[in-house]
Amino acid sequence: MGWTRKDLLTIRELEAAEILTLVDTAASLQEIATREIKKVPALRGKTVVNLFYENSTRTRTSFEIAGKWLSADVINFSATGSSAAKGESFVDTARNIAAMSPDVVVVRHSSSGAPALLARELSCSIVNAGDGAHEHPTQALLDLLTIREKKGHFEGLSVAIVGDIAHSRVARSNIHGMKKLGMTVTVAGPPTLIPPYAQELGCKVSYRLEDAIRDVDVIMMLRLQQERMHAGLIPSLREYSRYWGLTLDRLAAHARPDVLIMHPGPVNRGVELSPEVADGPYSVILDQVSKGVAVRMAVLLLLAGGRSGEAQAQ
Amino acid sequence: MTARPPRLREKAEVLDASALDRALTRIAHEILEKNGGAKDVTFVGLRTRGVTLAQRLAAKIAAIDGASLPVGTLDITLYRDDLDMIGAVVRATDIPFSIKDKTVVLVDDVLFTGRTIRAALDALIDLGRPKMIQLAILVDRGHRELPIRPDYIGKNLPTSRREAVAVRLTEHDGEDRVVIEEPEEA
Repeated sequence: MGWTRKDLLTIRELEAAEILTLVDTAASLQEIATREIKKVPALRGKTVVNLFYENSTRTRTSFEIAGKWLSADVINFSATGSSAAKGESFVDTARNIAAMSPDVVVVRHSSSGAPALLARELSCSIVNAGDGAHEHPTQALLDLLTIREKKGHFEGLSVAIVGDIAHSRVARSNIHGMKKLGMTVTVAGPPTLIPPYAQELGCKVSYRLEDAIRDVDVIMMLRLQQERMHAGLIPSLREYSRYWGLTLDRLAAHARPDVLIMHPGPVNRGVELSPEVADGPYSVILDQVSKGVAVRMAVLLLLAGGRSGEAQAQ
Repeated sequence: MTARPPRLREKAEVLDASALDRALTRIAHEILEKNGGAKDVTFVGLRTRGVTLAQRLAAKIAAIDGASLPVGTLDITLYRDDLDMIGAVVRATDIPFSIKDKTVVLVDDVLFTGRTIRAALDALIDLGRPKMIQLAILVDRGHRELPIRPDYIGKNLPTSRREAVAVRLTEHDGEDRVVIEEPEEA
């Protein structure tokens, strides 16, 4: 199907067919990365602004590469070193950027809903590149693309998402996407880090790593954000690692031999993932990163590539 | 931009299955003649039916000459010069061989304005520097808007702009046939 939305704000609001359009388009665009000349003219003359109010390496870089490979002009704006540091409000900054007529603004912000606010205020397309603990749709899309490439399909697959579910926008976006595509999702972690919404969304909840990873097709480990420890949600890193760290022994004893290990990065080696697992044969962590560029190209192309959703070409 | 086209009805048959096959056989011979054999010749078909035609041409050359020529697939969505590309789903370009210093025979079913071929030339050249690009077309229906001329033509077919030319191939449509269609109106 075609694409008719102005913005990409959440996975939650998408239909399964729209998610598949994004994933299929990204799958087609992967080929560009293998070319000698990594550039196609599709977004020539379009402007993409990366508006990042939070640190990011992978996401900002991959949006930048994606825009450039599609021949768009990409401008990076980070909150430090800009007038945001002088106290300009978020909406004012965004309006000023909008006055320079970009076609797409990619936003990362520590407040949930910041991209949705901009989508209402500005007439250009907005892409949510992660907002607070809310959603991170492009991460979920690249995870889904990785899963489909390795497993061949979505329907009927089972996934365990392990770690700090409550504060994870990656988990939330993935849960929405996976449920829409017919996958079974188990969330697992210490009870303090499992949000009430997990069961409402139809996830199974597990409080033991060994149970959660049994018989699943995919294990997605989340980064333990170390600041959680100070909030008293877990007793210590060492204890977390002992109960929730994925080691080769645990994997061999409880998981299926063809399981995929995913992680949105950055990895705390030795905390949630032992190095042997992160670098091991089950790990598709670097596949995820390279899929990130293809997914962001697909998002930029579908949002900025034209606006006549009903006009089927030819 | 382009509005959704009106419903079409069949006006006339241009090629039946055996005429279509004969046209491809002739083009295969012409490719061999023009290039002095099959050396360094590669095929690139334009999605979707151009790919099928390219595969058939490669099979014919294999039968005539014994040479097994590679066939690639080109998707030109990212190179189109119109903005209504939305709705056209981007599919993968798949050319699993180097076109550098090769003679690339670009294959499409119908040649009309020439804009698709213009985009295809850009797309091909981004993939490497071929020695030569030639164009093979099953039906040339005229109305060119760009200075583009095919090297191999299955059938020259004068048409009016309001008509459409439909190439139907067994692999996609269950039959081998080329027909002219015109808008259905009272």
